[in-house]
Amino acid sequence: MPQEIERQYKEILREYMMRQTEQNLYEGQNFSRQLIQKNIAPDEVISIHKATLEEIYPELPMTVWNSFDLLIEMMIRYGLAHAEHQSLLQQQEELKVEMDLAANVQGTLLKTTVPVVEGLEIGLVSVPARRMNGDYIYFLSDHVNNAGVAVADVIGKGLPAALCMSMIKFGMDGLQDATADPEKVLDVINRIVEKSVNDDMFISMFYGRYNVAESIFTYATAGHEPALFYDAKKGEFSELHAKGLLLGVVAKASYEQHSVKMETGDFVVMMTDGVTECRTEEGFIEPEVVMSLIHSLRHEPAQTIVDNVYKELEKMQNFELRDDFTLVIFKKTS
Amino acid sequence: MGYRSSVEILTEWDIVAARQLGRNEAKEVGFGTVDQARITTAISELARNIYLYAGKGKIEIERISEGGTFGITIIASDEGPGIPDVRKVMQDGFSTSGGLGAGMPGVKRLMDNFKLETVVGEGTVIKATKWIR
Repeated sequence: MPQEIERQYKEILREYMMRQTEQNLYEGQNFSRQLIQKNIAPDEVISIHKATLEEIYPELPMTVWNSFDLLIEMMIRYGLAHAEHQSLLQQQEELKVEMDLAANVQGTLLKTTVPVVEGLEIGLVSVPARRMNGDYIYFLSDHVNNAGVAVADVIGKGLPAALCMSMIKFGMDGLQDATADPEKVLDVINRIVEKSVNDDMFISMFYGRYNVAESIFTYATAGHEPALFYDAKKGEFSELHAKGLLLGVVAKASYEQHSVKMETGDFVVMMTDGVTECRTEEGFIEPEVVMSLIHSLRHEPAQTIVDNVYKELEKMQNFELRDDFTLVIFKKTS
Repeated sequence: MGYRSSVEILTEWDIVAARQLGRNEAKEVGFGTVDQARITTAISELARNIYLYAGKGKIEIERISEGGTFGITIIASDEGPGIPDVRKVMQDGFSTSGGLGAGMPGVKRLMDNFKLETVVGEGTVIKATKWIR
């Protein structure tokens, strides 16, 4: 095979020496593509060039031949760097496959079912910025009178964030009580997180519960983005604030709990900072922009609202998500 | 065992001497220009590691033959600190990111056969062989 390569190269070089056309150069470049595919190192290419030149122009001075030896010596490391690059690429490919598998496992692990209760619509969109999602949604419901939702965000993205999420999941699984008060839920999860997470990992979490019989939305937060409450009668948004430290900071944190009465047409918007910190090239997208976007969709079903908000914000950001994006809406319909 | 010659590595200049010895031997055994340069680069890398990490050691070049094929074995030995994490130094991207050049994976690529034995606190012996194709 090396002889075959040398023969072909000789042909190309001879043609080029005679004519020096663009066509000749194009053929040369196509040939180099073949060499790369066959894993021919750059030092070998120069060696082939030297040997071919010796055949065509044996009368060239010794200085020329010697200079090629220096060039070959120098190209050895380029060849090594290239080989290393190839091997790193392959490793990257393997990692990608592994990540895909992990993302599938995460998908199965973190699966949650949107509850169906009388008079309440729930809309949900959660999109990871990378392959693994660092945002977490968990629904807790008795499917009759209570629908609860936990919205959590690990500070950070990707794999470490995703690993952290599974811990919250098991904590929530352990609860299995849709009537539990939000302050109680956060208290339990905080203890679990505090025990098992490094000091440099922080998780924020919002927990809200809608009670059908009383039409009351009760919530507590652990340093999470405030939820938005839309009052249909007034046509106004207000932020749902409550005091509470991030999860895992101290074991004995206490969480404030508040409630808001919901009327037909009212809705609560819960989100992660992937929504509030949307950025374009000119800077952050103002919260007012997000609010007016939601406002313009207020008469739509909850799922339509979240889907359209996501589509719009994605467009504004030029389809580049910088952070995991999660948006949940609880809308009272009757 | 075939004919063996060696160079002690104490100073940076000894790296050049080891290279010279390797290139001469490779040429005499019958390697082509590119393979001569590859063997020399491998020697250079091994000698440099001795100079940088062990302080002193030895590069030996052995001519070998088997069933009509000829080749060369480089033996790099030192009584330095040894390598605590061999897997790490054999990883791509480890030496280059540290600015050390081709490193061990490079030597392994340049040669046909590569063997590393190391004991922390006692030293390292690396044997690398290349055959004429």
